[in-house]
Amino acid sequence: MARMNMIQAINSAMDIAMERDPKVLVFGEDVGYFGGVFRATAGLQKKYGKQRCFDTPIAEGGIVGAAVGMGVYGLRPVVEIQFSDYIYPAFDQLVSEAARLRYRSAGGFTAPITVRTPCGGGIFGGQTHSQSPEAIFTHVCGLTTIMPSNPYDAKGLLLSAIEDDDPVIFFEPKRIYNGPFDGHHDRPLTPWTKHALGEVPEDYYTIELGKAKIVRPGDQVTVIAYGTMVHVCLAAAEESGIDAEVIDLRSLLPLDLDTLVASVKKTGRCVIVHEATKTCGYGAELVSLIQEHCFYHLESPIERVTGWDTPYPHAYEWDYFPSPYRVSQAIKKVMED
Amino acid sequence: MSRAPLQLHIPAPTCRPGDAVDFSGITVPAAGILKRPAEDTPPEQMRDYAYGLIRVLDESGHAVGDWNPKLSADTLRTGLRHMVLTREFDERMVKLQRQGKTSFYIKCTGEEAIGVAQAMALDDRDMLFPSYRQQGLLVARGCPLVRLMNQIFSNTRDNLKGRQLPIMYSEPDYGFFSISGNLGTQYPQAVGWAMASAYSGDTRIAAGWVGDGTTAEADFHYALTFATVYQAPVVLNVVNNQWAISSFQGIAGGERATFAARAVGYGLPALRVDGNDFLAVYAATKWAAERARSNLGATVIELYTYRAAPHSTSDDPAGYRPADEAKNWPLGDPVERLKQHLIALGEWSEERHSALIAEMQEQVMAQLKEAMSYGVLGDPAPNDPGSMFEDVLKEVPGRLLMQREQMLALRRKEV
Ligand SMILES: Cc1ncc(C[n+]2csc(CCOP(=O)(O)OP(=O)(O)O)c2C)c(N)n1
Ligand SMILES: [Mg+2]
Repeated sequence: MARMNMIQAINSAMDIAMERDPKVLVFGEDVGYFGGVFRATAGLQKKYGKQRCFDTPIAEGGIVGAAVGMGVYGLRPVVEIQFSDYIYPAFDQLVSEAARLRYRSAGGFTAPITVRTPCGGGIFGGQTHSQSPEAIFTHVCGLTTIMPSNPYDAKGLLLSAIEDDDPVIFFEPKRIYNGPFDGHHDRPLTPWTKHALGEVPEDYYTIELGKAKIVRPGDQVTVIAYGTMVHVCLAAAEESGIDAEVIDLRSLLPLDLDTLVASVKKTGRCVIVHEATKTCGYGAELVSLIQEHCFYHLESPIERVTGWDTPYPHAYEWDYFPSPYRVSQAIKKVMED
Repeated sequence: MSRAPLQLHIPAPTCRPGDAVDFSGITVPAAGILKRPAEDTPPEQMRDYAYGLIRVLDESGHAVGDWNPKLSADTLRTGLRHMVLTREFDERMVKLQRQGKTSFYIKCTGEEAIGVAQAMALDDRDMLFPSYRQQGLLVARGCPLVRLMNQIFSNTRDNLKGRQLPIMYSEPDYGFFSISGNLGTQYPQAVGWAMASAYSGDTRIAAGWVGDGTTAEADFHYALTFATVYQAPVVLNVVNNQWAISSFQGIAGGERATFAARAVGYGLPALRVDGNDFLAVYAATKWAAERARSNLGATVIELYTYRAAPHSTSDDPAGYRPADEAKNWPLGDPVERLKQHLIALGEWSEERHSALIAEMQEQVMAQLKEAMSYGVLGDPAPNDPGSMFEDVLKEVPGRLLMQREQMLALRRKEV
């Protein structure tokens, strides 16, 4: 076991994948010599050579298009899109190509690529360094969408993503790279090194894609979240004084519906939390599934706590970011009805 | 026939941290050797300009050759003033970012001639579609620094209501388009604006800017395609400052050809210019503007320069390039070169230059004092959070009105 922050865990996953499989390549903007603007690929070029970990032109469509081509050849590229706010030039290659290649060629061609990309706000990055576009991708048939909330999961999930034979979008909430930020921006951040989930095996291990994790068992209300919001929800659960069961989805698609359904059937109440905007957000899909599967067990309407339906406003970041207070009020509200 | 197996080529720069600076691959042609063609020269007769380097100021600070725009000493001093002001403004803003008064800043140090000379060469009514490194355009157009500072501080007078990352200015009154964080998007938009101007029988032209790195984006190619197809009255600038964050220009394709040469395949004329030479930048921009205004279409200008500053306040170039690269840049420093030129003309002196720097520093400080009286990032906390729901659409829709109520109630802890 070693102490790792999320960046180190992600780096370790790529390192091990490259070590184990010569078909794994890593590339993206500033990823090679420099090791990435968030340092996620630090040391990989030095260790594996510049043919296996390299800088690309600033062309997200080119990065993903080239990755698809390499995947078709039989390689297993892991690419970085510097910020998920800059993934849109690659949209066509992801949606029309990577996602549908297997289907349209009846399995004749496939794109086993992994697209890593930092997402989310809380760093005063303004509207082009803060977005959470996960729901845009979960809407696409043929893409797997992952978002870990801690170093241990990040490593195991990323190794699974790389080994997966279909395209995976791997969102990394950048606000929790260094520690489990719980939304209390006026308090010091606990680093991952002082957190149980910062204990990460140095060796190879995987975490199955599509398995949620109950991060706080409870009986009164089910709180569903992923990424940074998991930590906000844990804080909110404590602050609300209510025995909430907090579930970290980890994988948005495939979705671990069984875990959600079992929990909501037990508690009868549900709060769904994400940082992304509300309308047509991933929460809408969750609400829909839960009412389909748990309608007769629900004691109160499901609450959603999300980012507002606006771009991310630089100076009003903390009015935008769903706070633990806001989540705890939602938990109390579903208890009242 | 037996061949060696295929090999993947990965470009690498000539030097990295710890290495001696190596600019041996860069040839600097003498100033004044390229002729200035007529503005209506067909692109196919202009291919050499995509590979040469237009330079006016020689090593001794004299203006030589055909491209000398023959500006008055007063105009030159105005240019110098704007450049020094831009530099002092940048210096001060970085200090304030370090003090936590704002979250982010980007300097244009070493590239001041570009924004300043280009704004002066264009008409004040022409529309500018910049990247984030052309603050010199706003300085030269006379936009008060306090406006820019208010935006940088996201304070109560910020014209963008605290919504945008610092330096992502938007100044409609100065013909300066809203800066996008997404690279290259403004380039085809500049072409579209120019097409609209042509469609409307207007006299105004557009200009767009991207960096060397950004030429790799599809938007760059869309822009050149539309510009050539519709003969749009636009000046398309590529600021080749050698670096895109940590990637040298070879990663953007600069190993194979110049960035100006991209224009050749599109049938557009290209001018490749010494970007640290105020006079050359001015003259080339005038040429392209004249051509566009005469209904002869677009020109691509590559401004060959060096990013002397870190990419942004989030960057430390010590991790990827030798620290003394900037000092050894073969094309020198744009402020120093214009200063030397004015001295060579007998129109300037070291004393006057020092006085100018002091005056510009004072001007920055005076405007800073005013800006800070309206607040800095988070101090006082911006007081109109409800405004974040405005301008998503022209009218705030019902859904957002409800969210605004909810947000304000949460602030009052009433929910
Ligand atoms: C679409 C997109 N991709 C990536 C980025 C991240 N990014 C911001 S600036 C930059 C480098 C740009 O380099 P260049 O075009 O040479 O301009 P310079 O900064 O040198 O002026 C990168 C990769 C972005 N802002 N937008
Ligand atoms: Mg550049």
